[in-house]
Amino acid sequence: MSSPVGCAGGRPGGSVEHMIEVHRLTKRYGRTAAVDELTFTVRPGLVTGFLGPNGAGKSTTLRMILGLDAPTAGSATVGGRPFRELPRGLRHVGALLDAGDVHGGRSGRAHLRALARSNAVPRGRVEEVLAEVGLDGAAGRRIGGYSLGMKQRLGIAAALLGDPPVLLFDEPLNGLDPEGVRWVRELFRKLAAEGRTVFVSSHLMSEMEHTADRLVVIGRGRLIADESLTEFAARGAGKSGTGPGVTVRTAGPGPLADALRAAGGEVRPGDDAGTLLVTGLDPARIGALALDHRVPLLELTARTASLEEAFMALTADHADHSAGGPR
Amino acid sequence: MTTTVPNATVLTVDAAEPDPRPRFRDLYAAEWIRFWSLRSMPWVLGTGLLVLVAVNLNAARYTYLNTEPGGPPPGSGRVSQALNVSFTIAAVDLLMLLAVGVGAAVVVAEYSSGMIRTTFSAVPDRRAVLLAKAGVLATAMLGLGTVAAGVSFWAAQALLGRRHAGVSITEPGALRVVAAAALLAPVCALVGFGLGVLIRHAAATVVAGVLVLFLLPASFNENHAWSAAIVHALPLTAWRRLSWVDLTNVLLPPHPATVAGSWLAYAGWAVGSVLLAVTVVRRRDV
Repeated sequence: MSSPVGCAGGRPGGSVEHMIEVHRLTKRYGRTAAVDELTFTVRPGLVTGFLGPNGAGKSTTLRMILGLDAPTAGSATVGGRPFRELPRGLRHVGALLDAGDVHGGRSGRAHLRALARSNAVPRGRVEEVLAEVGLDGAAGRRIGGYSLGMKQRLGIAAALLGDPPVLLFDEPLNGLDPEGVRWVRELFRKLAAEGRTVFVSSHLMSEMEHTADRLVVIGRGRLIADESLTEFAARGAGKSGTGPGVTVRTAGPGPLADALRAAGGEVRPGDDAGTLLVTGLDPARIGALALDHRVPLLELTARTASLEEAFMALTADHADHSAGGPR
Repeated sequence: MTTTVPNATVLTVDAAEPDPRPRFRDLYAAEWIRFWSLRSMPWVLGTGLLVLVAVNLNAARYTYLNTEPGGPPPGSGRVSQALNVSFTIAAVDLLMLLAVGVGAAVVVAEYSSGMIRTTFSAVPDRRAVLLAKAGVLATAMLGLGTVAAGVSFWAAQALLGRRHAGVSITEPGALRVVAAAALLAPVCALVGFGLGVLIRHAAATVVAGVLVLFLLPASFNENHAWSAAIVHALPLTAWRRLSWVDLTNVLLPPHPATVAGSWLAYAGWAVGSVLLAVTVVRRRDV
């Protein structure tokens, strides 16, 4: 299985070295499995979203990738090696697990200097990353006085310190203002375009929609999807029946439904009374048919496949399955 | 499972940039920055130092006021008294409390804030991180202990000298008394450090530290070989033995402590605490 990223001008083996490979990774706390036989690969050059509802096991997985928690079974490697075996980490993986994982009693600059020094990263790099995340003005202040958004920026600065080929972020958009969110998205895209592996977790599909190229979706510790955004949306649409189509609200749902079916459309009643979900016919055709049959239309909305809906449909489906199915 | 990746991606990451050889010196320097960049640390240590010297000076002043201007009468244990007031038991209690608290704070604060995850993500070699932390803690507390004991000794003897009751640092045993007080600081700090890594909870760690340092010495006597062995192995008892220079007026118990054994007790607690910390930290999730 060769990766197409090992491209011209790149250093030999560079891309494969920077993959995150998770193989049948399992973490049990007592009898409950927080992470259950999880297998996926995160590739360089892309922003990969790591999605799942709260409590799905995202943070546990990230902690195991970073060697902070020991897996009950299975393995997680970065560049083919367990992260824990590396003597120093910052030049291999930059990670932001929780913006609160800092000591409030020292300044942002001192925090970064200590991290940099532990990995033999030159001191000047601290000022570089502070400028990059826009914290140069606040770097001399105690971290305890930072807002959540500032702590996120500090955590991102720490992740960038070692100029690492692999970056992990756990819910990095929490607490950021809209401008900050846009900045982080652009940063992730830039890092991926530079050929880095960028793995970003979130419990909100809407955050990933404009950020990620690929998705790894989990629910209750199990893998639900490991595919591109479009594939995921299409699959979710198939599951939920809420894919591309038209929502019609009308005063005469009965006659219109018959007419639309006669014209070859697929019609299901919507959630609200008087609403129809139509697939197979475009809005112009539906409007014309309604006019022909003298049925007044109150609303006519074309829908595209929504990732959010796909996410809800697929995770809900999985949750039901794992709750009812045999263990 | 194969996926196609957009062709536009070009690797510009310095994949092959060699990792600089990991050096313990860098970890030590990083922990040194961490230790002193806590805003509260210089204040705590500075205040502690002042209080320790003041407590000892107060004892020296009492002796000074109760000594005849012509000097103490011969055979009154001048040397013992001069050495006793240079670092008193009250000051030792304070020193142990301060040291065990600082030692515990260094690690417990890191665990309770979650900082430890950031630290171990940057340096996956946990054992090396803890050795560097312990090294910085020991250095700083040895500095504090040395300054506190040295200044206390010098000031007390200067004051007593005005009554011809002081001793010089060259007096046999004087250096040992100063060293015993100075070294007690890093020993107790490392005890707090080891307990902190084990317990990871601030209040519980300090309680455990007080138990080991203060309560255990009071719970055993020197009448039986077994209980004497336990009590002699405790830091406070070891300090007491090392501070006794002149045993002529001391009523010795059936199983008295030895000087060499007391130094060994110091070393044992320091090394044992660090070993406990590095063993525990490798096994647990953080």
